[in-house]
Amino acid sequence: MNVVTNPPEGLHGESLHPEGVGAKDLQSQGLQTESLPPEMAHGLDVNRIRQDFPILTQTVRGKKLVFLDSAASAQKPRVVIDAMRIAMETQYANVHRGLHWMSERTTEAYEATRDAVAQLMNARERLEIVFTHNSTEAINLVAHSYGRGVLKRGQAVLISDMEHHSNIVPWQLLRDTHGIELRVAPITDAGELDMAGFEAQLADGKVGLVAITHMSNVLGTVTPAERIVRIAHAYGAKVLFDGSQAIVHRKVDVQALDCDFYVWTGHKLYGPTGIGVLYGRRELLERMPPFMGGGDMISSVTYAQSTWAAVPHKFEAGTPAILEGIGLKAAIDYVQAIGYDMLAAHEASLTEHALARLAAVPGLRVLGQAQDRGGVVSFTVDGAHAHDVATLLDRQGVAVRAGHHCAEPLMHRFGLDSTARASFGVYTTHGEIDALADGLTRVREFFA
Amino acid sequence: VTQTDSFDDLRDLYQEVILDHGRKPRHAHRLEAFDATAKGDNPMCGDRVQVWVKYTPGDGGSDTIGQVGFEARGCAISVASADLMAETVAGRAKSDTKALFTAFREMARSGTCPQCGPELAEPMERLAPLSGVHEYPSRVKCATLPWHALIAALDGSKETSSE
Repeated sequence: MNVVTNPPEGLHGESLHPEGVGAKDLQSQGLQTESLPPEMAHGLDVNRIRQDFPILTQTVRGKKLVFLDSAASAQKPRVVIDAMRIAMETQYANVHRGLHWMSERTTEAYEATRDAVAQLMNARERLEIVFTHNSTEAINLVAHSYGRGVLKRGQAVLISDMEHHSNIVPWQLLRDTHGIELRVAPITDAGELDMAGFEAQLADGKVGLVAITHMSNVLGTVTPAERIVRIAHAYGAKVLFDGSQAIVHRKVDVQALDCDFYVWTGHKLYGPTGIGVLYGRRELLERMPPFMGGGDMISSVTYAQSTWAAVPHKFEAGTPAILEGIGLKAAIDYVQAIGYDMLAAHEASLTEHALARLAAVPGLRVLGQAQDRGGVVSFTVDGAHAHDVATLLDRQGVAVRAGHHCAEPLMHRFGLDSTARASFGVYTTHGEIDALADGLTRVREFFA
Repeated sequence: VTQTDSFDDLRDLYQEVILDHGRKPRHAHRLEAFDATAKGDNPMCGDRVQVWVKYTPGDGGSDTIGQVGFEARGCAISVASADLMAETVAGRAKSDTKALFTAFREMARSGTCPQCGPELAEPMERLAPLSGVHEYPSRVKCATLPWHALIAALDGSKETSSE
């Protein structure tokens, strides 16, 4: 899985190659793992990785940028920036319709992204990959086409109490226009899915679709996806995962998960904005009516009637995000060259360090203590509002998010209006987490 | 005092006056007897404020603000702004208060108020600690939200939004 083939230009192969400068090699040279910088302990040379991200040399308010808001949107490596620029400079035309050289080459480049995504997620077939503009659009596509086209009045959609608004509102729209019930599975005080409560919601067999996060953008909780699918399928429900956060840190294998839909967005995976992915099981996609009408999604059009293109193009009306698709391919190549084993180990190391450092800040409370969690940490500080915390951290060069994180019902579940949130990426260092903890200690003293 | 010095880098927005009024607001209570009230809501950040106004009894009728009280759920900037507002507008005519709001909003957005005439110099000086908010565009609404609620109350509206 970690084998690096043709690392993209600008990627530091030696630091990423499994046989490269990993902890094991240094150990074999008689060096102690403990003497390594923490980032190196699991084999990822973060300082080399950071050189791939031009923006990380920027200063903010006179301070070195400490960017801890990757869960909102990740920074872009040089290979992504270059892929889009080079396409615009050398090889660009509209796709899928041109009979000329430029269009054919651009179509090949754009469609190669579909192959890359299918391979990344281990889809059975490339045509199970539908491009959207983001996760939100992908969920709306399913809510519209599967919700209105396949689900029947009286059936229910089951979400959880820790969803992003993008996995709540489309289902409310479906409920209000199509007579589909909307159910919410409870979560525990630790911020984990309450599995008994989840199963209870499925018990009457009315749930046609479970739509649930694979990793909470607020709590960092990673949900037990395989178990969710097993239980849901046992009650006859299909399962959609919102993988916007999860796919950034964990290997996603849709066949192993046995899920029916899986959505994510490019810009959180170090790719451009404006391109998202819907994986859908082929037989489901084929049963679903189109989402939007227009060019590219038709087979033929007369005034009397039109027929649809085959999947996935049936769901891709209009000129797609061509350059963004090309950029996404570069991002996927970049991520795969590093390897999910490395990404997951790095994230686990950062999260462990962050939880330890933040626990030592007086008056700081971390929201959610899930057993299986990723690199998203929300917290409150006694005596300081989350917005003040974020502004005062920003003043010290540390970028975090504050607010309800597009998850108001989850905030209410914990009796809060807002939290501050730090989130990590492949370029995040232990030193940056130390800067966060030190900054928070100052904020706390400042407000004391 | 020495500790204060070590926080110099944090004080461009969070001056002592703001921390003080944010922590211990003097006017953060609903008025038992009031003539007007309105709520303000910033849906983007979840800040909420309600303002109560009591006019000065007498010949002027409802032309002059006697007292303002508020309840706020929000950050230090919004609470401090509400408190400084309540302090500053007491005894001020309605029309003056609206002019003051226009001037304050300009200061919150740009950091200065070139159009502010000498008649606003005294109240604007009291509100000046909030001028640092212009460096933080996403926080400007925190400072102006209580004012939106006050103006809505003066105009007889029930609710407003800083959006």
